[in-house]
Amino acid sequence: MSEVIVITSGKGGVGKTTTTANVGTGLAQLNKKVVLIDTDIGLRNLDVVMGLENRIVYNLVDVIEGNCRIKQALIKDKKYPNLALLPSAQTRDKSAVSPEQMKKLTDELREEFDYILLDCPAGIEQGFQNAIAGADRAVVVTTPEVSAIRDADRIIGLLEANEIKKIQLIVNRLRMDMVKRGDMMTVEDVCEILSINLIGVVPDDEQIVISTNQGEPLVGSDAMAGRAFSNICKRIAGEDVPFLDLQKKSGVFARLAGLFK
Amino acid sequence: MSFVDFFRRKNSGDVARDRLKLVLVSDRANCSPEIMEKIKNDIINVISKYMEIDSEGLDIQITQTESETDNGKVPALYANIPIKGMHLTSGK
Repeated sequence: MSEVIVITSGKGGVGKTTTTANVGTGLAQLNKKVVLIDTDIGLRNLDVVMGLENRIVYNLVDVIEGNCRIKQALIKDKKYPNLALLPSAQTRDKSAVSPEQMKKLTDELREEFDYILLDCPAGIEQGFQNAIAGADRAVVVTTPEVSAIRDADRIIGLLEANEIKKIQLIVNRLRMDMVKRGDMMTVEDVCEILSINLIGVVPDDEQIVISTNQGEPLVGSDAMAGRAFSNICKRIAGEDVPFLDLQKKSGVFARLAGLFK
Repeated sequence: MSFVDFFRRKNSGDVARDRLKLVLVSDRANCSPEIMEKIKNDIINVISKYMEIDSEGLDIQITQTESETDNGKVPALYANIPIKGMHLTSGK
């Protein structure tokens, strides 16, 4: 059975697009049929993060307006033939699409794909309403900062109000060195405040910047963030995977792995 | 601020957590921190008439609780008021 998952955060710049690219690629590595939809009309980015920016012919608005068939607009990934991208339109705005049209589109894509991932724009306006319209479940991305968590709380309230029952949390860009000296909120703090289930913790990792520069998602590599994303994908697919020990050196602080089973 | 806090600065991570908890109370309840502060002071005034309470340790917040009827979750005002001692003669 296919699932439509919206990746959202409220605040911009916390890693929604990076998460969408890595989770989508990771699910494709698990041999799932995956399509990524960039719903950020006017601020297209998922294509460059995936390294597919040169292959765009048609986009989301073309599909909605009937200028092309869905198949014509889907871009096949470079490495994984079972992974596709539906890019956003760069020269239009959010009002070009309605929530009803998005729901119809995602329902059509269900016939072909196991997972439909929606990269949601920042904010809570029409772009957000469009992105969540067809979603069965949501992944909320936040960083351990007051502004990101406050916005995540607001988003969770709106998702609940829209009857999206399954809402899970990714804590992104965690810095264990700062947590250890007490200068960053712990994952436990964030989970307690937002009171939703955790599906993954991604450490702050400069490899992510490098992989984005190259347009190749990090998931599947041996880097800490790459491994964290691989585990998130397995959890999304229903596997029970223990949380990574982000303190790779010391055994004394191997608490993170044990705390969130 | 207590005597100990004066010498031992609170970790910024804890400061962030505590500030967030406060701001989310008013975000969720649509109730401003000023109103919460007024409610808190009123509670202190009323209860102090009858017993000695630790006003520094007093904690009030708006939380979610299961409704006793069937409406699902409803907001509730939660107050934790540490008592230091009882006044032997009330209402002096």
